[in-house]
Amino acid sequence: MNALKFLYAAYIATWTIHVFYLGTLVQRYRRLRREMNELAKTK
Amino acid sequence: MKRAFPILSILTAVFLAYALHLALSKDTPTDAQQGDVYRIIYYHVPSAWTAFLLFFINFIASIQYLASAKETTERAARWIVIAIGIIGVIVTYLPQVKQQLIAAGMQPSAMATTVLCIPAFYFFVGWLFPGDRLDVLAVTTAEVGVVFCTIVLVTGPIWARPVWGIWWAPADIRLTSTLVLWLIYVSYLVLRRFSSSAQTQMLAAALAVFGALDVPLVYFSIWFFRTQHPQPVIGGGGSIDPRMLHVLLMSWMAFLCFAFLVSWSRFQLELLHRRVEAAHANRWRNE
Repeated sequence: MNALKFLYAAYIATWTIHVFYLGTLVQRYRRLRREMNELAKTK
Repeated sequence: MKRAFPILSILTAVFLAYALHLALSKDTPTDAQQGDVYRIIYYHVPSAWTAFLLFFINFIASIQYLASAKETTERAARWIVIAIGIIGVIVTYLPQVKQQLIAAGMQPSAMATTVLCIPAFYFFVGWLFPGDRLDVLAVTTAEVGVVFCTIVLVTGPIWARPVWGIWWAPADIRLTSTLVLWLIYVSYLVLRRFSSSAQTQMLAAALAVFGALDVPLVYFSIWFFRTQHPQPVIGGGGSIDPRMLHVLLMSWMAFLCFAFLVSWSRFQLELLHRRVEAAHANRWRNE
């Protein structure tokens, strides 16, 4: 049971890193899209 | 690709869920020495292989980007790559090399095919990503590669603690060279992020070319140095149950599909970023 907690920790850590990275991609995309829309409005 | 993206995402999620099910399933045998904690292998090793592949793609894209600065260097690079392929195939069939390959459990024909893939891949990447898109590909693969390498460096110590009794072995060449690899590519990303010089892309490409030389060092370190890290389960001194190997390869395929989708998203993000920068520059010019 003690060793299993390391197994679950590894799997949870993996997906936490992936989800965090995907979250940063979404955030950056939204910011760029907002900037693009503002630039299009000021044209 | 944009239209196929949602369907591919769902298929990849299903594939990842299936790989996870196989990894944790009672039908997949348990390691006799490590018990169930060994199942970390199904995330640790595929993440490492994926990171190496992404850094290799980054290496090819960076070389092509550097070579494309002048027509003469571009032509020279093409001939050098073709020569590497031809010489590599010839060397594979030399008696001494052939003997060593067979002793290591590898077929010379398989090695020759792998060597020929290098120039083929070089030209394929150049054709698929012309001009500045090579640089976009380079930054994309570096960033996604760093994410997967981070997972290797996190899951490795989590696995090491119950098996070796320590989180990290400071003198271990495999662990240290992997950490160095991660640091090199993080510095590549820091350079890309914070440098505003016109030469940033060229400098980053040069850094990437030398950084990629650490990848074979990481992979072959356990052959040439005494290390705590286990031997490779494929093509090395280690061995693995066929059922475990099946799950490992399924897990890798699932992570490759995931890496492809994430890389494609990052690629599109970088293209959008460049369009926004170009729009800003255009606005200042008109003002």
